[in-house]
Amino acid sequence: MTTLIVGASVAGIRTAQALRMVGHRDAITLIGEELHQPYDKPPLSKECLAEPGEPVPLLSNDDLVALDVELRLGVRATSLDAERRVVRTSTGESFDYDRLVIATGVTPRSLPGAQHLAGVHTVRTYDDAAAVRASLAAGRRVVVVGGGFIGAEVASAARAQGLPVDLVEPQDVPMTHLFGVEVATEISRLHELNGTVVHAGVGVAGLEGDGGVTGVRLTDGRRLDADLVVVGIGAAPATDWLLGSGLPVDDGVLCDEQLRVIGFPDVYAAGDVARWPMPFGERPVRVEHWTNANEHAALVAATITGGAPPRPQPPYVWSDQYGRRIQIVGTPRAGRAARLVGSVTEAAFVAIFADDDGRTVGALVLDDARTLMRCRKAVAARTPVCELQLGVPAAVRA
Amino acid sequence: MQERRFACASDELEPGTSMTVPGDPPVAVFRNEAGDFFATADTCTHEDWSLGTDSDLDDEEVTCPLHMARFDIRTGKPLCFPATVALATFEVEVAADGRVYVVV
Repeated sequence: MTTLIVGASVAGIRTAQALRMVGHRDAITLIGEELHQPYDKPPLSKECLAEPGEPVPLLSNDDLVALDVELRLGVRATSLDAERRVVRTSTGESFDYDRLVIATGVTPRSLPGAQHLAGVHTVRTYDDAAAVRASLAAGRRVVVVGGGFIGAEVASAARAQGLPVDLVEPQDVPMTHLFGVEVATEISRLHELNGTVVHAGVGVAGLEGDGGVTGVRLTDGRRLDADLVVVGIGAAPATDWLLGSGLPVDDGVLCDEQLRVIGFPDVYAAGDVARWPMPFGERPVRVEHWTNANEHAALVAATITGGAPPRPQPPYVWSDQYGRRIQIVGTPRAGRAARLVGSVTEAAFVAIFADDDGRTVGALVLDDARTLMRCRKAVAARTPVCELQLGVPAAVRA
Repeated sequence: MQERRFACASDELEPGTSMTVPGDPPVAVFRNEAGDFFATADTCTHEDWSLGTDSDLDDEEVTCPLHMARFDIRTGKPLCFPATVALATFEVEVAADGRVYVVV
């Protein structure tokens, strides 16, 4: 029996590790399209932009050897024949399987014309991050397109190196769709406090340049000078290779609660590419969080081996910006901001989100890990926000 | 050589809480809801963070607030990703006078 895992990033590698941890002894083949040894993703928009170095490995060489998998790097899956149980690849090879785990992640969206211009980047791979870092080190005029976490972290890295940064965001306030306008406004003050110029409520009309990018035209007619443009406008599930396979694909690979691909008992999906009915949600969603990829790996391993599924954990994501740490637990957009404490100009800021019944569904916490953990318990227990004992937040205590 | 390091007076650490005993290496001392003491290495094995000072203790399970790694405080065993390496564990002695020591 062979278990084939397609995708050698967080979800794929962790799935192989989890399978071995629960005693799975079948042959495991892991294919990944990049040539780097499997590396961790969160540092790409953080540490990797600050200084030259190597990718942060997902596991040590010794652990990789002990894992006893056939790891094939530089191999991209190009098609799946689910009936014959075979995956074909960019190298012209065919990989047979008895069980298939799809962990191909997502592909970042970019701007029209970006592929013809040097100096326009997305940040998804180590090579992307290395290219952005080199441009930053060369002292560029930076335009960041998109005010999400990637955009904010890139802006933060550029400001840390003293570079001028313009950030373009189509919403009137970045992150409004996730946190509502009040909390989004507070968080986006971090940009202005740190010298990033935010152009909000405006889109990108086009990129300028001949060979290398020289500027960004905005939909309101303005033009921003740029010799480095970093685009962080979301990503689409990497499912092109599944076209014609018959697998249910609709904004991700559709899975059941245990991450079995619906209608295909020998096929599983994990991480960003999997759309599933998650325990703390109501309808099937895709979650592009690093913690989700880790948790999916353990769940797929349990499903494959018939073990007990791991206890579900509330969604969690973090972002490091301008020397501050933003931590988000639960699903803030499932509710509205019900309690706010502190501000970004104080030591800490806490926003707690409640559903229509006043129960805690999420929290955003800036620099107060203890309060974050309290909120995490409240999310898991759906504690009414009015009963939440926050203690005295660090901001007030100081 | 073994070191017997003073942690706290036993009534100073409430059940369900933890503390860090400084030293080389720093040690996290946990007290579960039943009032028993446990000690592990203070630093999360995934990334630098003090588990004794800032973590979430749920009976015998400690969660690191940085990336949500969980460990069993009795054995140091990692319970979920991203932790794959166990925390070192240390013996705890509660003296007749109620003073709590860790043996490092």
